Amino acid sequence: MTAMQIVFLITAVVTLFAAFRTVTTPNLIHAALWLILALAGVAVFYALLNANFFAVIQVVVYIGAIAILMVFAIMLTRREMRDRGKQTSGRWWWAAILGAVFFAGVTWMIEAVALPSQPTAAVPASSIADLGKALVNPNGYVIPFEVASVLLLAALIGAVFVAWTRHNS
Amino acid sequence: MGLLSHPITLVADWLRNLFLGWGLSQGLTTVLLYLIAAIVVASLANGWVIFLIWFERKIVGRMQDRIGPNRVGPYGLLQPFADLIKIITKEIIFPDKADKPLYVIAPLLMDAAIIAIWAVIPLVPMVGMDFNVAALYTIAVGAFATLGIILAGWSSNNKFALVSAFRTVAQMISYEVPTVLALLVPVLLAGTMSLQGIVEAQHVWYIVLAPLAFLIYFIASVAEVGRTPFDLLEAESEIVAGFHIEYSGMLFATFYVGDFLHAFTIGMLGAVLFLGGWRGPGAEAYPILGLIYLWIKAFVVYFVGVWVRGTLPRLRIDQMMNFCWKFLTPLALILLVEAAVVDRLLLGFTPWGRGLVHLAINVFIGALVIAYARAYDNRRKRERPLAAKPGQYPVARPPQPAAEAQSD
Repeated sequence: MTAMQIVFLITAVVTLFAAFRTVTTPNLIHAALWLILALAGVAVFYALLNANFFAVIQVVVYIGAIAILMVFAIMLTRREMRDRGKQTSGRWWWAAILGAVFFAGVTWMIEAVALPSQPTAAVPASSIADLGKALVNPNGYVIPFEVASVLLLAALIGAVFVAWTRHNS
Repeated sequence: MGLLSHPITLVADWLRNLFLGWGLSQGLTTVLLYLIAAIVVASLANGWVIFLIWFERKIVGRMQDRIGPNRVGPYGLLQPFADLIKIITKEIIFPDKADKPLYVIAPLLMDAAIIAIWAVIPLVPMVGMDFNVAALYTIAVGAFATLGIILAGWSSNNKFALVSAFRTVAQMISYEVPTVLALLVPVLLAGTMSLQGIVEAQHVWYIVLAPLAFLIYFIASVAEVGRTPFDLLEAESEIVAGFHIEYSGMLFATFYVGDFLHAFTIGMLGAVLFLGGWRGPGAEAYPILGLIYLWIKAFVVYFVGVWVRGTLPRLRIDQMMNFCWKFLTPLALILLVEAAVVDRLLLGFTPWGRGLVHLAINVFIGALVIAYARAYDNRRKRERPLAAKPGQYPVARPPQPAAEAQSD
């Protein structure tokens, strides 16, 4: 077993355990923090796969922005920040069935598709430059990229509109 | 390859051969070397703080017309060691109903996040991790420092600490925007996100090409560290000590060290991005000289930070937010567009020609911004005169719903 594999296994165990605790811990703040650990674990996977850019983006977007806003929202809304209510709603078994089906599907897919054990193409030296060019290339992903930008802009304007206080009303 | 020119490579090779000689596998040796490097860098960084604490206390003391530490050792140099011994012997107190694991993790997380930035800083030519997204990585890791402060504020189970955590989120998330935008300017000029690449591309220091971006980066970084004039997260007169109000002993010391280390790390990043990093006469031939150059440059930036800290009073939270969102962010956006467009037009120019054109445009934009800010300030003063009418105190006006509605 190489050192890389040991790192992978440790990260995998930590990530899975963190994900498990995210849904089982009764304390919402703790759940958010376990989620952060799970997201960090995913970032480590990206780094192990030589996808440095995605590893960093995973941390910037998911931990730096989304998770911190989650923690902030929980702090603002929960009195004493401790939730003592029931952890499951009445329809938890729907979620359980869906989760099981999804897991079975993914497992089946991995088993069914013959995945190559070695990379089929050489890893480009500067993947960010290629990614950037693909995003603005008319033959590449310029339209999805622009559509996503417009969507985000719409969300931004919507947020401003919702948060706007009219002084004369 | 002499000891003078490549000391780090030499030691690393020696260690590698030693481990391989013991019969360890290649992979394990690499992991061990990384571990040793990480421990050495972290220890050096934390040890360096001992000096920084003395320096800052001395300088701020002088600025405030005091002498500063002068009892222990020559010039008080041993004062931090005395403080260190004292604080190690102190008890770590856990508040009742504090969230114990988080309470302990918070300072460690903050300190670790700052040291993690050091992993990608090109200390000398050719040594250090050459990470192709290093510039972005420094921002990503900074998020963990923010998280550490939030956790400290929340887990202390103290209302002042919690208020401080709220302020931290507002301040750090906001000031991250101008920081990233200003950081993008050197990335754009160098055409790479690798810090080593950015240093190598600086035939002319980027402070010449992008002085305004450097200013924005510096101001926003000071805000991210949370130092005066942006120290709202630990405003003594309002929320006692903020997020570390309950901390004692080594846990408090970790926060304290983290603050100094963060300030110096910001200086180091500023030096790498805008002041040419290890560049200097003879640095390519003798890389160890590069380390000294980088250290001096980082120290200059750090000193300016201390200077600002010793000089300016604290801002109000609304002033701080307005300054970020209505001034720094739009200006940083303009500068980003300027850098992109102008640099494209100057493709064939020599480094100095390119630098001077950028400098001229930066000066022009700076003059415009100052003129606009003056005009805005004058207009606001005309519309809402602060001066009190006879018989009134010059304080904030009591709520006047009708008048408010018109003026807004």
